[in-house]
Amino acid sequence: MTPTKERTIAPPVRGGVGTSARRQDSVPKVKGEFAYSSDLWAEGMLWGATVRSPHPRAAIRSLDITDALTVSGVHAVLTHEDVPGRKLFGMEIVDQPVLAWDEIRYEGEPVALVAADHPENARRAADRLRVDYEELPPLVDPERAVEPDAPQLHASGNLIRHARIRCGDPAVTADVVIEGTYETAMQDQAFLGPESGLAVPAEDGGIDLYVATQWLHVDLEQLAASLGLPQDKVRITLAGVGGAFGAREDLSMQIHCCMLALYTGRPVKMMYSREESFFGHVHRHPARMHYEHGATREGELVYVKARIVLDGGAYASSSTAVCANATAFACGPYEVPNVQVDALAVYTNNPPCGAMRGFGAVQACFAYESQMDKLADALGMDPVELRMKNAMSTGSAMPTGQIVEGPAPVAELLRRVKEMSLPPAGHDAPLDLRSLPGGVSNTTHGEGIRRGVGYAIGFKNIAFSEGSDDFATARVRLFAAGGEPQVEVHSAAAEVGQGVGVVQIQVARTELGVERVTLLPADTTVGSAGSSSASRQTWMTGGAVKSACEAVRARLLERAAGELGGSPSDFSMEGGKIVSQTNGIEVSIADLLGRDSIEETREYRHRKTYPMDPETGQGDAHVAFAFAAHRAIVDVDTELGLVRVVELATAQDVGKAINPLSVEGQIEGGSAQGLGLALMEEIQVSNGRIRNPSFTDYLIPTVLDMPPMKIDVLELGDPEAPYGVKGVGEAPTISSTPAVIAALRDATGRALERAPVRPEDVVGLTEREVR
Amino acid sequence: MRRISLTVNGVKHDAMVEPRQLLVYFLREQLALTGTNVGCDTSTCGACTILVNGKSAKSCTLLAVQADGAEVTTIEGLASNGEMHPLQKAFHESHGLQCGYCTPGMIMASVDLIANNDAMSDEDIRMGLEGNLCRCTGYQNIVKSVQQAAGEMRSPAST
Amino acid sequence: MEVLQPTSWGEALAAKEEHPGAVPLAGGTDLLVELNFDRRRPETIIDLTRVAELNEWSHVNGGVRLGAGVDYTRVIAELASELPGLAIASRTVGSPQIRNRGTVGGNLGTSSPAGDALPPLVASGARIELAATSGTRVVPVEEFCIAPKRNVLAPDELIAAIHMPVATGPQQFSKIGTRNAMVIAVASFALTLDPPARSVGTGIGSAGPVPLRATEAERFLEGVLDEEGLWDSRGQLSEGAVARFGQLASEASRPIDDVRGSAAYRRHSLGVMAGRTLAWAWDEYRGTL
Repeated sequence: MTPTKERTIAPPVRGGVGTSARRQDSVPKVKGEFAYSSDLWAEGMLWGATVRSPHPRAAIRSLDITDALTVSGVHAVLTHEDVPGRKLFGMEIVDQPVLAWDEIRYEGEPVALVAADHPENARRAADRLRVDYEELPPLVDPERAVEPDAPQLHASGNLIRHARIRCGDPAVTADVVIEGTYETAMQDQAFLGPESGLAVPAEDGGIDLYVATQWLHVDLEQLAASLGLPQDKVRITLAGVGGAFGAREDLSMQIHCCMLALYTGRPVKMMYSREESFFGHVHRHPARMHYEHGATREGELVYVKARIVLDGGAYASSSTAVCANATAFACGPYEVPNVQVDALAVYTNNPPCGAMRGFGAVQACFAYESQMDKLADALGMDPVELRMKNAMSTGSAMPTGQIVEGPAPVAELLRRVKEMSLPPAGHDAPLDLRSLPGGVSNTTHGEGIRRGVGYAIGFKNIAFSEGSDDFATARVRLFAAGGEPQVEVHSAAAEVGQGVGVVQIQVARTELGVERVTLLPADTTVGSAGSSSASRQTWMTGGAVKSACEAVRARLLERAAGELGGSPSDFSMEGGKIVSQTNGIEVSIADLLGRDSIEETREYRHRKTYPMDPETGQGDAHVAFAFAAHRAIVDVDTELGLVRVVELATAQDVGKAINPLSVEGQIEGGSAQGLGLALMEEIQVSNGRIRNPSFTDYLIPTVLDMPPMKIDVLELGDPEAPYGVKGVGEAPTISSTPAVIAALRDATGRALERAPVRPEDVVGLTEREVR
Repeated sequence: MRRISLTVNGVKHDAMVEPRQLLVYFLREQLALTGTNVGCDTSTCGACTILVNGKSAKSCTLLAVQADGAEVTTIEGLASNGEMHPLQKAFHESHGLQCGYCTPGMIMASVDLIANNDAMSDEDIRMGLEGNLCRCTGYQNIVKSVQQAAGEMRSPAST
Repeated sequence: MEVLQPTSWGEALAAKEEHPGAVPLAGGTDLLVELNFDRRRPETIIDLTRVAELNEWSHVNGGVRLGAGVDYTRVIAELASELPGLAIASRTVGSPQIRNRGTVGGNLGTSSPAGDALPPLVASGARIELAATSGTRVVPVEEFCIAPKRNVLAPDELIAAIHMPVATGPQQFSKIGTRNAMVIAVASFALTLDPPARSVGTGIGSAGPVPLRATEAERFLEGVLDEEGLWDSRGQLSEGAVARFGQLASEASRPIDDVRGSAAYRRHSLGVMAGRTLAWAWDEYRGTL
């Protein structure tokens, strides 16, 4: 292939790549006009409700719908017998019943559906459904689940995946050896807008679904299969999404709502309450992680051995990928010559777990960064220095054998957070309660307060790994209206709040030099964009929009050459005009197009990845990595165990900030979720039952818990990626948790081996640290 | 059914409501004012914050009949003559939102906050927004947006 | 479900007499949540927010008569000097929106041991005025709550007001929550010093089936203050006395393990809060010569 002539670049345009262009959705959002999935309404619409099992494990002896059908206003009561197509669904492993028929595997599992003219009537009918359950003892301990005599919850057994790394010498010894066992709790994504959607039966026998989701096309595949419809009869449009964070990657009410609509021939709306939402989506896998680190006296890592057990709950969801990540990132962004990792994801009768921001990497990072602090302590070394000494960099080999090719500024990020100025110690007079742990709850006037500082760094893969065909599609149309060039961008990329909408607009502006860019609603009439997850959309859909724009531009220049003579390479685009580089002749895009438009659709793929070897974990499984480091400063009331995070500082390489303000928002929001896991967020599950399915008792950080942040954004540019971008969304969630807990350890001297840390742990009233 | 009469965003409404109807569902379903969101059903998240007689309240724990005779303001009532309210403008300009689900409640709580407080530090703004959860932003850009709007509202001359 | 909306106290009492099963509604911050969750389906609700008499407070017999319907925002703004302990506690209730609606009367009506306003009422010896068409009775707050979410209100009675003495000395309140805002108390402690009466009052929240008094702690401290003549000398309180007070307060609690915290932590934190609030109150007393 001969090198092509240097590409003509459009001149700068307002609101293009690299500017904090305003979001296309923020005016309707601030005016209350943005249509969230819960706002949808259709003439003649019915309301759907789900009947859920109150038991975590049970056999269904019988189901009787007769009573429920007698409730006034009820139009349908459906059970597993009414599932038109495949009775199971699942993204990676098809193992989850659309509606349970013989066995209940978790509390809240759907068993029947109701449609009625009013939500109240639907609920009333749901209460009248008679299900005869034979309760069985739930299997809730993931370690017990893999013992040979444990009851088998699925025909395939209880082990979803066992991933391994075998690298280097398994018998190697080291001067200094430290061990630790760490746990992370089940975290909820706690998006603010509960699951909802509207299904409208179509005249062709198909269905139109408007829903808040993360990946339209994977929903479509699963819907078509379970509804027994060809894929072209299922059309999905993204409704306004009230946050996602992984929780909308699996199906919730999608099939149910469509079943009710197809059965009744009426539009059906479903909307979960907050309580139902806790049962209606997957959560972050709780993890138990045993680690052993060996190092030289000088602080060089010699080996890491880790055993990680991830509780997948009742169904697989994305457990296989979570397990792969926990394995691949088990040692952290460090060079470790000898590694043995065993990570298991298992079925239990606990709530199903799946995708949440940073999955797999979040759990492992808490363990390996806790170990690094412990090792530094054992060596008498500064914890940041120890990390820098072992930091991976471009060209390093991961324990999976993969060579890190892109920028890997591990030492640099650590150096930067370490060098940031510290907030003033102590508290000014007069005393402001708001600046103390406990705040206006008036628990301390300075007594018992100790300050702590903690550091952590984490990393994670960007985009899909292990050989999946990861692609995104975009359609771009250039046309003229009112004498002005305009662009329409169409993709199925789910805007879930993260800002992929404005990113697409910015890319089109920059590539085509046209400011007026409209984003069409995301739906399935255009090809898949893949999921809004794995920090991948800016790279992938951004890449697809860029490719489509390049194709549109090429056709425009061809057209100019055709009309004005010469070859396309003689022309460039400048400020809405096409200019000949040979004779200076200009023509406006609008004139050149007239009433025509140029439309191109492109698929973007990142470089191929490969599976990890099942025995050794070796393989180039990932395309690129995102890195972030945090420094946390906390004030701890050591007598009451209450905490105030004084400041979070972070440094992150984002490759290229397409929209700097959006990048900051992602970093702050992601860090807040990590802070939540460090200090308060836990779905408390007891014998398979959720004890706190409400925002009264599942606590997420308020504005008084999340401190202001210092943010240092690096733009090192990944040569593989469009504009050099890296994903931004997940990295901040990974290292903030261990940084906050390291700061707590610094302040209290306690081991604190479980996230979240509760006041009980800080004051030493819990036994659970010693196992 | 009960007859109620109330003023919403300056418009008088007479309506029949079920006594157990929550105010938020009356606004959303009967008046089609869906800008007020429901996030938790337990008066925790604040997404449903509106003003009742000028004071912020969580409309998921108010009955519609309790608003009989009241002046209610929702997010849809903030703009005047097509001009966005300074808070709306600030949230738009300073990226005070991501998914936006908390935004109407945040803005309504901020209206009450700014109306009842003179110059506010960031810390004061944080105190005033303690009843509104946001899961996306980490709050920083929200505090910035409120600060920006408060400044603008106090000195309309300066921009 | 029916919602009655009396506009006068007389009407309200008549409604309650006619509908003894009716549930009174004040700020709605507890009751409406229960309705939302379908945990309660009362046939009749009496909305008391339109009863003007309930929304007033006044000075009566040297004390404050706080109408059951006065919201927390007003308690903070209007009663911080008369009822400082209650005002501090009110500040920790929910969020601005909740403080705009929630009332002390509602807190009593719910009778949750976690009600933030209750420990200060206990510490200050509040008396609750209960009314029915047949007449009025006054019940000490400690006798009002009898079990979690249960109280002595007769089916035809409503809470009219809370009677509290005006503070004669320092009052404190402290509350543990697992985040820095909008949180239900894991444990709370209220302290009232009454120098003219030479008495000490305490209140414990979220650490027993009802709000509790730490009677032994009160007697102990009164003893120390008397014996050492500290009420008059305003001298320093020994660290040992502060610690012992905390220990006795802790021992007075009867907590359980639940989703918000462990019994052991509740006991521990009460000891710390009692000691600290005493130190703050005593410092304040010493500084107010």
